[in-house]
Amino acid sequence: MKFAKVALGLIAALALQTTLGGLAIRGTAALDLVLIVVVYVALTSGPVVGLLAGSAAGLVQDALSSGVLGMGGLAKTIVGFAVGVLGTQFIVTAPFPRFVVFVLATVLHAAIFMGLYVLLGLREFSEPYAAVLGQAVANGLVGVVAAQLVELLPGSLQRRRSGRPLKR
Amino acid sequence: MATASVNLRRPGYLLAVAIVLHVALISAQVTTSAGVPVLEVVTFGSFAEIQRIAMGAVGGVRDAWNGYLDLRGVRAQNEALRREIEAMQVRMQQERALAGQAESFRQLLGLRERAGVKTAAAEVIAGDASPEFRTLTIDKGESEGIARDMAVISPSGVVGRVILASGRASKVQLLIDRNAAAGAVIERSRAQGIVVGAGSGLLQMQYVPGTADVVVGDTVVSSGIDTIYPKGFVIGTVENVERGGGTFHAITVRPAVDFTRIEEVLVVLTPSPAREAEAIEGRE
Repeated sequence: MKFAKVALGLIAALALQTTLGGLAIRGTAALDLVLIVVVYVALTSGPVVGLLAGSAAGLVQDALSSGVLGMGGLAKTIVGFAVGVLGTQFIVTAPFPRFVVFVLATVLHAAIFMGLYVLLGLREFSEPYAAVLGQAVANGLVGVVAAQLVELLPGSLQRRRSGRPLKR
Repeated sequence: MATASVNLRRPGYLLAVAIVLHVALISAQVTTSAGVPVLEVVTFGSFAEIQRIAMGAVGGVRDAWNGYLDLRGVRAQNEALRREIEAMQVRMQQERALAGQAESFRQLLGLRERAGVKTAAAEVIAGDASPEFRTLTIDKGESEGIARDMAVISPSGVVGRVILASGRASKVQLLIDRNAAAGAVIERSRAQGIVVGAGSGLLQMQYVPGTADVVVGDTVVSSGIDTIYPKGFVIGTVENVERGGGTFHAITVRPAVDFTRIEEVLVVLTPSPAREAEAIEGRE
């Protein structure tokens, strides 16, 4: 069940990413919805699920993009594991800590991703700090909101469902 | 915290596997600037490092072994060099001895020329067989024309006479033997007498008139009167002169020849008149 939820979340994120891709917030880099899902899954499910989710999502993302297969997968694997470990060591349920985690995860992901490309001499990234920071903040905001929605939406729906007969 | 680290061990392995797989996947696609696949470069580089470590270890062992072998070689070499030095030292001593021998031969040759008599050079091959007698053995015998009563001389002076000649060796009675005697004369004053062996390494000159002029340091030479020793060869030096109550001096003579260091001698091949007469009588 958990695996299905994770898979469903990733597929949804990929679908959104591919359809709503290129979302830019005032000139900053696009949102990485897949990364947001990976971070959230890792936070809630631990390092093993986090690294597996990151690995799978990253590979699929790489396969769907024109990049080198494995770059995103490796970056998201490490991020998923790191965030999963963080989630097991600290209580990260409040919005702000989650925001911080999303920001840090994005920065880490960007560092690994860009670092690998630079290391292999495949791409050059000139002054990426602002773009990375913008993406991190955006991911953090979207991630916190999304996480709140995911966690609060089922409960409110259930309450709404259970409240209708009473109103009737 | 400890529990957490234990729980993280398995995810850690999983992470490592995932990273390796991803790196392999990336490497398989990416080529270096030289056009070589990164996987090949990474694999080669990784194995090259392993090979480097292995070769370093093997090289270290080999170097240590070679060092050990070298040390053994050096030890053997040192031993060989030490033996060579010893052999060279022995050879040097032999060369020195040969040089001394050559000098002796040169002196003997000079003596032969000075003596004006026919001689045969001989080498001393044995010393005294008994402390009661003063003899030596030379390596020449009858086959070289040596006969009994032939005089034996050296560059330093009179040595003695042949008392026994075999085919290839001869026994020589030294002048210092108690039974030896030779006609002698004081070179400076021409006072005559007879020198005999004292048995102690010195000679006694007898029958020198008490009126004769003899002083310490006078040279005593052979007079030739005994028909054995050629005339004029040095016998020794007067060491002590005692004017006793008798009619003769008691003269002690130190031999000119150091009998303890004698190595080569000349045998005067000219037979003594007495032996020559005996030989003639025998032929008749």
